[in-house]
Amino acid sequence: MRTPMRYIDEYRDPALARKLLDEIRRKALHHWTIMEICGGQTHSIIRNGIDQLLPDTIELVHGPGCPVCVTPLESIERALAIAAREEVIFTSFGDMLRVPGNARDLFMVRSAGGDVRIVFSPLDALQIARDNPSKEVVFFAVGFETTAPANAMAVWQAAREGINNFTVLVSQVMVPPAMRAILSSPDNRVQGFLAAGHVCAVMGYEEYEPVAREFQVPIVPTGFEPVELLAGILKTVELLEEGKAEVVNCYGRVVSRAGNPVAQETIRNVFEVSDRQWRGIGLIPGSGLGLRESYARFDAEKRFNVTNISAEESPLCMSGRVLQGMLKPDGCPAFAKECTPQHPLGATMVSSEGACAAYYNYHRTVS
Amino acid sequence: MTIAPLCPTPIMQHETIQMAHGAGGRLSQALMQRVFMPHLHNSFLDLLDDQAKLDLPPGRTAFTTDTYVVSPIFFPGGNIGELAVNGTVNDLAVGGARALYLSAGFVLEEGLPLVELEVIVRSMAKAACHAGVMMVTGDTKVVGKGQCDRIFINTSGIGTIREGVNLSCRNLKPGDSIILSGTVGDHGMAIMTSRGGLSFQSRIQSDCAALNGMIGTILDEQPSAIHAMRDPTRGGVAATLNELAQSSSVGIEIHEATIPVKPDVRGACELLGIDPLHVANEGKLVLAVTAGDAEKVLDVMRTFDLGRDAVIIGSVVDDHPGMVVMRTVYGSRRIIDLPLGEQLPRIC
Repeated sequence: MRTPMRYIDEYRDPALARKLLDEIRRKALHHWTIMEICGGQTHSIIRNGIDQLLPDTIELVHGPGCPVCVTPLESIERALAIAAREEVIFTSFGDMLRVPGNARDLFMVRSAGGDVRIVFSPLDALQIARDNPSKEVVFFAVGFETTAPANAMAVWQAAREGINNFTVLVSQVMVPPAMRAILSSPDNRVQGFLAAGHVCAVMGYEEYEPVAREFQVPIVPTGFEPVELLAGILKTVELLEEGKAEVVNCYGRVVSRAGNPVAQETIRNVFEVSDRQWRGIGLIPGSGLGLRESYARFDAEKRFNVTNISAEESPLCMSGRVLQGMLKPDGCPAFAKECTPQHPLGATMVSSEGACAAYYNYHRTVS
Repeated sequence: MTIAPLCPTPIMQHETIQMAHGAGGRLSQALMQRVFMPHLHNSFLDLLDDQAKLDLPPGRTAFTTDTYVVSPIFFPGGNIGELAVNGTVNDLAVGGARALYLSAGFVLEEGLPLVELEVIVRSMAKAACHAGVMMVTGDTKVVGKGQCDRIFINTSGIGTIREGVNLSCRNLKPGDSIILSGTVGDHGMAIMTSRGGLSFQSRIQSDCAALNGMIGTILDEQPSAIHAMRDPTRGGVAATLNELAQSSSVGIEIHEATIPVKPDVRGACELLGIDPLHVANEGKLVLAVTAGDAEKVLDVMRTFDLGRDAVIIGSVVDDHPGMVVMRTVYGSRRIIDLPLGEQLPRIC
């Protein structure tokens, strides 16, 4: 008894998937290394075993597109420090609660008496601020261009309504600078990209065209369901085999070349481009978003004076190499030994979108 | 001039639970008489002794306990009261026992409306009657505001184990069929979508139900076919299958295409990024059955409403002992692991 679900089942059709796999096998005459940018795509690939079904000539490597994974340890430590304060209600997407700082995570802060709440939207956090005027409500604004519009909207709305007990702890990052960093590395192995569909839904794909030209790589905006992923892989393989370094949209039901101009304007109104640390990777210039000066009063780092907190990564964790596609999770000596979801050394083992967690949860002994 | 001094008498009629309701005095007695006894009374409880004196039928006795802290206490498809009765009845039934007697311990938060308590007690009585068990002893405590979440209920249960039945999670043998009695994830998703904080609404109803009727008939008709039974509550079918595989040191392989999921539950799980196999059920059954008898067991189950959608979802295998592996609809394989802990909605 499996009732069909529109807009989902069409994209999970096993017969269609088999057809696309046959086509990929037929077209892939050389060995190609393709990176899916987004952690959501990584999980869909591993969960559905798409990597097991591809021919040996196609190697998928997993990209940095997991917001939880790339949020720097300093930001986590700052969140923990703020969340532990008595006057604070700390709000966050659920995924962030299990990410360890040096010694504890947000769950532990909560069990020690901190008011830490899971929200589904930053606008819910803003509502908590309206409902609790005597409290300081902080939202952990992490993520890529996908979360940026809603996070910006919450700040914009707070400013418009004069809500002064609301701040955001910002760790926003952007995809194109990360792609450039990966492609510029002397160790780079990536020959083509599946671009993250939801990021492109906001930003469009025009901004990927210069990357494709400059680094001579095909880039294919791709969805998240198995059939969409296989269609994206097939298109990338075709472009690679034909030697074309182009951007071709394979997520037409959601993505346009220009993206969503209203969302982009909301981001621009509130945020400006800034340098940003990526967990495991390091500083990537111009890769992040920070609050504009006119919204600085909504910056939790400043309000709670936590800018001087720093943190040390575990020397065993190789998540930086994993996030850049240089190492597969199960190639890490600590994988499933010192590092498990119960005792993660790095965020890639924690998040539901982290590559290490995907391998651990679905892949451990199957392959 | 006459003076008629009015001596203030204590207020005895309250609309909400007061600390005094748990103090053992007159208000405690009033609570007993007004709320509990009208619904739960029976020949044991009516004696108002500190203990129930029971004559158990001959044979082995099964004894179990569970504490219910669900929030919200009223949810689509049920409430904490019927959950507390059905859950404990099911824990006895999956061990092959006939559930006979239950106890109930209540921890009430000061300020709980009495009408809500009464609705809960009434549905406990109804659930007990439906399952054919008696509530024979109980206790009530009141704690201050904020010291518990409205109401917590502990129920314990006693039953006698059917002769010749030996169910254990260590009994799985390679070749056994794995049967699931119906759709997965209904209870957990009913709870999750009725909690505050989610901005979408659903029609998902909890599957909260007593399974002892169906289980009794299965064991009456196919006593030697069943190796193990579990009700997949917290952690969902995934946790139950993992426990079975680990206890018996065997592998379990299931087939994605066979797992029944209601469309609303699927939709909510898709939105939240949660695997329905990890979501709690409160009226479902997982069985490990001798392969040759699986169809006969299915025939029995399908005569019950609770087993209408029963289906074989996989089998016990020699490979990967202690692990559960799913064959996807694409033909690939993936591990079905124990859920790590709290189900966390994803970021994007």
